[in-house]
Amino acid sequence: MVLTTPATIAVRVWRGGAAGVFQAFEVPRHESQTVLDVVTYIQRSLDATLAYRYACRVGMCGSCAMMVNGRARWTCRTHIDLVLQDRKDITIAPLRNLPVIRDLVTDMREFFDKWARAKGRFQGRVSRNEDFERIKPDDPDRVQVDAGIECIGCAVCYASCDVVAWNPDYLGPAALNRAWTLIKDARDAKTMARLRAVAGDAGCHSCHTHLSCTERCPKSISPTAGIAGLKRAVVSAVVGKAF
Amino acid sequence: MLWIAQRASAAVLALCVAVHLATMIYAIRGGLSAAEILGRTRGSAGWLAFYSLFVLAVTVHAPIGLRPILGEWLRWRGASRDLFLLALAMLLAGLGMRALLGVFR
Ligand code: SF4
Ligand code: SF4
Ligand code: FES
Repeated sequence: MVLTTPATIAVRVWRGGAAGVFQAFEVPRHESQTVLDVVTYIQRSLDATLAYRYACRVGMCGSCAMMVNGRARWTCRTHIDLVLQDRKDITIAPLRNLPVIRDLVTDMREFFDKWARAKGRFQGRVSRNEDFERIKPDDPDRVQVDAGIECIGCAVCYASCDVVAWNPDYLGPAALNRAWTLIKDARDAKTMARLRAVAGDAGCHSCHTHLSCTERCPKSISPTAGIAGLKRAVVSAVVGKAF
Repeated sequence: MLWIAQRASAAVLALCVAVHLATMIYAIRGGLSAAEILGRTRGSAGWLAFYSLFVLAVTVHAPIGLRPILGEWLRWRGASRDLFLLALAMLLAGLGMRALLGVFR
């Protein structure tokens, strides 16, 4: 491994805003190097004007996602070995489906505004004066919440979803997954307002079940499963109201 | 609501297409002329009801299916699209029922 590893990697990095160009860099190759390491090297040693975002470096904050060779990834936990498997160069671009501010930094406001539009805020059923809810860890609803709760808000799924590209109003996999975890949460007030917010053209019914989000989510969440759950929940609500 | 209608009409269509194909294959096994077929369908209330349901399901299913396609591929959204689809539904229903009445009357 060490002997056959070339000394440098050819990296092409997006520079500019929506209209920009790729700039080429040569970056020294190291063992256990991540894509974020490469970007950081460029910014610290080759071109200090490169704009990019990161915080935790350990896959918790969700701020470092970029397109790496055309595929959305969390760069702090993506090893160079993985993306260089069958090629010698790397292309790094800002996340898809979001406006580019500069270089590798996107404007994520729309992404998070959609969480708000999907009523992604927890709404308790009881006040602090009442006893707290007792939920067994193996409660079926809780198991479904657990499956979706570890989202770090990285927007990898959002960048991978074609429906977001085709229909700008579409709330997207992360916001819908969030709504789903709240609907399954016994402590949440489960307002009809939330179900209404996630139904229809902007919501779960526009999902084509492509599963791109599920395949790409670095936290192995399946927004697709949550979205299917939302569709069922909406049907139950409509049918329940009709009879 | 549209989504539920789409799912329900899809289920009806699946059944109708299967019955339609099976009947056709069964009926023409021995060779059958158009006149003979007409002879059997004329005045048959059962088949009229069956194909009316078929036409209705198509009327519901096709425009709802076209709706996101127009939105996502042609970026055609809003009231004008929905009016167009409503007109399309009427057209489908009209043509379908006209053909039906031709065969059953
Ligand atoms: S499954 Fe739905 S939300 Fe996920 S990528 Fe496909 S269309 Fe988008
Ligand atoms: S669902 Fe997965 S891919 Fe989407 S924002 Fe959350 S962690 Fe990232
Ligand atoms: S830097 Fe925090 S998730 Fe990558």
